[in-house]
Amino acid sequence: MIENEEKVPKKELVGKVQQLISQGYRFVTISCVELDEKYFDLLYHFDKDLTLITLRVVVERGETVPSITVLLFGAFLIENETQDHFGIVFEDSVLDFGGKLYLGDDVRRTPFCKYGIKDVSKTKQESE
Amino acid sequence: MKNIIPFGPQHPVLPEPIHLSLTLEDEIVIEAVPALGYVHRGLEKLADIRDFNQMIQVCERVCGICSMIHALCYCQGLEDMMKVEVPERAKFLRTIWSEIHRMHSHLLWLGLYADSFGLESLFMQFWKIRERIMDINEVTTGSRVIVSVNIIGGVRRDISAEQIRWILGELKIVEKEFIALQETMNNEYTVKKRTVGIGYLSKELAHSLGAAGAVLRGSGISQDMRQLKYAALSHLDFEPIVEYGGDCYSRGLVRFREVLQSIDLVRQAVDKLPDTEISVKVKGNPEGEVINRVEQPRGECLYYLKGNGTKFLDRVRIRTPTFANVPPLAHILPGADLASVPVIVLSIDPCISCTER
Repeated sequence: MIENEEKVPKKELVGKVQQLISQGYRFVTISCVELDEKYFDLLYHFDKDLTLITLRVVVERGETVPSITVLLFGAFLIENETQDHFGIVFEDSVLDFGGKLYLGDDVRRTPFCKYGIKDVSKTKQESE
Repeated sequence: MKNIIPFGPQHPVLPEPIHLSLTLEDEIVIEAVPALGYVHRGLEKLADIRDFNQMIQVCERVCGICSMIHALCYCQGLEDMMKVEVPERAKFLRTIWSEIHRMHSHLLWLGLYADSFGLESLFMQFWKIRERIMDINEVTTGSRVIVSVNIIGGVRRDISAEQIRWILGELKIVEKEFIALQETMNNEYTVKKRTVGIGYLSKELAHSLGAAGAVLRGSGISQDMRQLKYAALSHLDFEPIVEYGGDCYSRGLVRFREVLQSIDLVRQAVDKLPDTEISVKVKGNPEGEVINRVEQPRGECLYYLKGNGTKFLDRVRIRTPTFANVPPLAHILPGADLASVPVIVLSIDPCISCTER
């Protein structure tokens, strides 16, 4: 448990982020943690007057997550990095590199995952 | 007529590789899309095979320019997780080396920046001054760049009274030579022509795009992680340096003034340096989650650490300041002349090693 942390269901994420923006919070970043064979934690960090708050969203492997780039363009880089590293696909991103921000066209694995190998492009096709 | 031209990954103003795909209409940029991945090393993933003590050396190698501050952020995070009380002298020494690193980073940047608009003599002058700062690193730590002084529980090296006297003498020369360049850097016709009003980022956009460091403060937002009073900063007088223009010129001014501020902070820290141990022995393995933030030369740096009670951490997540400043860069380039692109890119002080880790 991190200081100033709030658990947020995936479906409420965008609404919660919108709420934080209207309260004057600045987006800092997203941290992704692979919990086990099935789940990831996505931690959304925001700052206001040097106080950091974190939204914790639990995501199942293979699930898509709503992109917050519609609200915060600055999140596009970390969403794409997370997709490269962990294979989590963010829906409706305003700038989607399709799992190829860092990785070459021939790479078919998510290099930061301990469990399993994922084909990012395949995950994306399934979500569509 | 629209043209798409590549900027980088190899370009005279870029010490490290980043690619920008620039869409131009005549000579005006209308879209800039960044592409990364040329130097990605996957350092965070090394936590799987390097124990939490070895990871200090890995974190130091995220970036050469701010290596000491990366290690500081990592160590502070683990000390927080493991409830370790660091001796006061170690906190002061960490602050001194942090500010020395900030000076050498800003001096390096000021030189590159001067070179980007054609003032090569000014570039040489800044780098000449920087050599004295590198000498301070070498004399006090044995290394010019990767100083490797941090350990969990303190620092591994002390600074003697004789070395402190020598450092203060060197800083006096650095300050004098640096101030002599103030008129040229801040008021010279070419500098102003190439930077004033160029690469404008409003206060509101800096905030909403999540900018960090001089990019944030150059747009009028008074935020610096040193306000969190980590290490010895709670004992020192410190106020963030803020400029309000939002352009390349303002970002340059912030960094220029921060060099003088760092000299002042080192003097304050040396003046109050307590006589205690420099480290404590740490037992056990880290368990739990923690976030630590520090101010690197380029801005806010965040470490998220997760321990599981073994000597290997579950996760080391590093958010570096340039990573935060790439989206603002992609936003401020549209509307700029092609000739201003190198100056605007350099104005965020990009560190691609940090960004890609």
